[in-house]
Amino acid sequence: MNLQLIGVNHRSAPLEVRERFAIPESRLPEAVQRLLRYPGVEEGMIVSTCNRVELLVRATNGSVDLRDFVGEYFKVDPKEYEKYLYDLKQNDAIRHLFRVTASLDSMVVGEPQILGQVKEAYAVARAVGAVNSQLDALVSRAFAVAKKVRNETAVGSSAVSVASVAVDLAKKIFGSLAGKHVYLVGAGKMSELAARHLLANGAASIFVANRTYERAEKLAAKFQGQALHFEELYDTADRADIIITSTGAPVAIFKREHGERFMARRKNRPMFFIDIAVPRDCDPELNKIDGLFVYDIDDLQQVVATHVADRKREAQHAEEIIALEVQRFTERLQTLDVVPTIVSLQEHLETIRQAEIDRQRGRLGQLSTEQEMAIEAMTRGIVNKIMHTPITTLKSAAREAEATTVVEIIRRLFNLQQKASRGEQPGDKAEAAAGNGVKH
Amino acid sequence: MPFLWLKVAVGFYAVGLLWATAAVSRPCNFLSKIVLPALGLGMAFHFVSMAELAMLTGHLSLALMSIHESESLLAFLILAFFLIVYARYRTLSPGIFMFPLSFLLTFAAAVGEQPPQFNSPLFRSSWIFVHIALIFTGYAALFLSFAASILYILQERSLKAKRLAGYLSRLPALEVIDEIGYRALLLGFPFMTFGLIAGSVLAQARFGSMYFLDPKILLSLLMWVVYMVLLYTRWNSGWRGRRAAYLATFAFLAAVCAWAANYFSAVHRFVAQ
Repeated sequence: MNLQLIGVNHRSAPLEVRERFAIPESRLPEAVQRLLRYPGVEEGMIVSTCNRVELLVRATNGSVDLRDFVGEYFKVDPKEYEKYLYDLKQNDAIRHLFRVTASLDSMVVGEPQILGQVKEAYAVARAVGAVNSQLDALVSRAFAVAKKVRNETAVGSSAVSVASVAVDLAKKIFGSLAGKHVYLVGAGKMSELAARHLLANGAASIFVANRTYERAEKLAAKFQGQALHFEELYDTADRADIIITSTGAPVAIFKREHGERFMARRKNRPMFFIDIAVPRDCDPELNKIDGLFVYDIDDLQQVVATHVADRKREAQHAEEIIALEVQRFTERLQTLDVVPTIVSLQEHLETIRQAEIDRQRGRLGQLSTEQEMAIEAMTRGIVNKIMHTPITTLKSAAREAEATTVVEIIRRLFNLQQKASRGEQPGDKAEAAAGNGVKH
Repeated sequence: MPFLWLKVAVGFYAVGLLWATAAVSRPCNFLSKIVLPALGLGMAFHFVSMAELAMLTGHLSLALMSIHESESLLAFLILAFFLIVYARYRTLSPGIFMFPLSFLLTFAAAVGEQPPQFNSPLFRSSWIFVHIALIFTGYAALFLSFAASILYILQERSLKAKRLAGYLSRLPALEVIDEIGYRALLLGFPFMTFGLIAGSVLAQARFGSMYFLDPKILLSLLMWVVYMVLLYTRWNSGWRGRRAAYLATFAFLAAVCAWAANYFSAVHRFVAQ
């Protein structure tokens, strides 16, 4: 299989360049058709998302100049964009496709949308008949690999920012955030962001308290929340399930005794303090109260760090899975590649055998059925024994990188050029031959 | 035949046991995938076994009457509770405690084949079946609540220690665990109460008021009182977490004692002399 891939992505090119290459959904079918009509292209598909545009083709023979096609289709000078484009062939192209589909090549590693986007691209290519047996097998395999990566690693299940970690923790405590109240004590960019995240995840309402009441009112208005007076902080705080503190106070405002009072008034329903102030607004003692949880900025950042470390380890694991899958897939391809040679070798020797029998048959005169069968068996035996080594060599070579060399040598030795070229396009026929060709 | 089915059920429950052991140390994806189907199959065989036994002995109560058969019924009820929790909350976590217990109970029932022990004529009464079924449902609910309070403590600790790795991070949210435990208590209490009332009525009719001083009865009452205290503290001052877990453990121990008291109770031993 002669695979080629060309593309730009978020790492190889800035947004302005990617915009230049993006293909809108409505024009995708037509673009794939153009690609398919391009000389030398046998099968092809195009993935176009905001982070990448990639063209994947299977060429008939030799290589197709995809850069030329890119220049032609996008009406750009390929020279100008040389440095943004990457070309991949064979195994590298397979690996790339697997990595993209498994979301290892994404800007946010593990984000789930990319699989859907590749699936759509595949559906479009299929609909216009640009994908047949071979590319089909490859892309289906890519989907299976993506699924495997998803199932066997935790890539894509970890949180990223401090704000999203705060949301994750709140969910670990409260289950759903529906009906939960958030209290912002002190206004700041970071607490605002955390509040926004919590609201987006279903939190019911926001209270705001600030030393200057006007600022509290302003911030509350932003979230359609309620501004409360800072002086009433200790009387109102137990109304909230989640408290985000970010005041500039030099000493802790929430101490253990406050926490105990809140919990008693709340009938011990859990409470979550997110303290992003430095110096801290919550006394560490507070965390010792049953049902009350305090995470300060360091705690949050540490959770972020472990998530990132986890993610790196998981991504490593995912890369291993992909390496293995690429190897498996190419092995299968190479086996397919040697099958036509095996078949033509068998056909070649069979023709010789038949011709020899026909030539000598006249001289042997009348023969009994048993004798006929003995001749048949003997000649067949000779042919099979001669063929045995080349076939096993071919098969084992199929698993190594040297397949093409061995195929080349055997073809030349047995003068299989003519027939072999017919077998150059294996497809379904060769695959069928792989099944019964071995029996002879 | 009933014992054969029961043994098959034990085999399926062993998957649950394996899952529970693996879940604590190294969660295994494969086991998590098969544990529910295995449980379902196990329960189906278990049910067939119980139904067949009931038909063989000719009476529902008789089928339940040996210690072992009652253990098997309790295991079945515990798993039924587990399934209800799973259907509502999509969590396998309570299984960490419920699978091993129901495996042990069923295992004991399956290997200890014995003829029905309680052949006192009293068991011809349907009341006794009602008594047992109610109390056992109460037991199973109490055990679920106990399991939930342990999970609550584990989850609370991991949140406090700010370690969110490993199995703990897969536990359901704190408030969800809390809800499971509380609902189990609420549901189990009326069963337990009516079960005890049914038992008292039966004993009163047969033994007069003397039955009251029997250790089994006293322990059962103690358990019921703890149960009520649990509910009350929860409802009144929202006790959960550590304190609730202590109470639940206490109630659970009382229940185990009350159960074990079968062996030295005069009133509750119904073997014909």
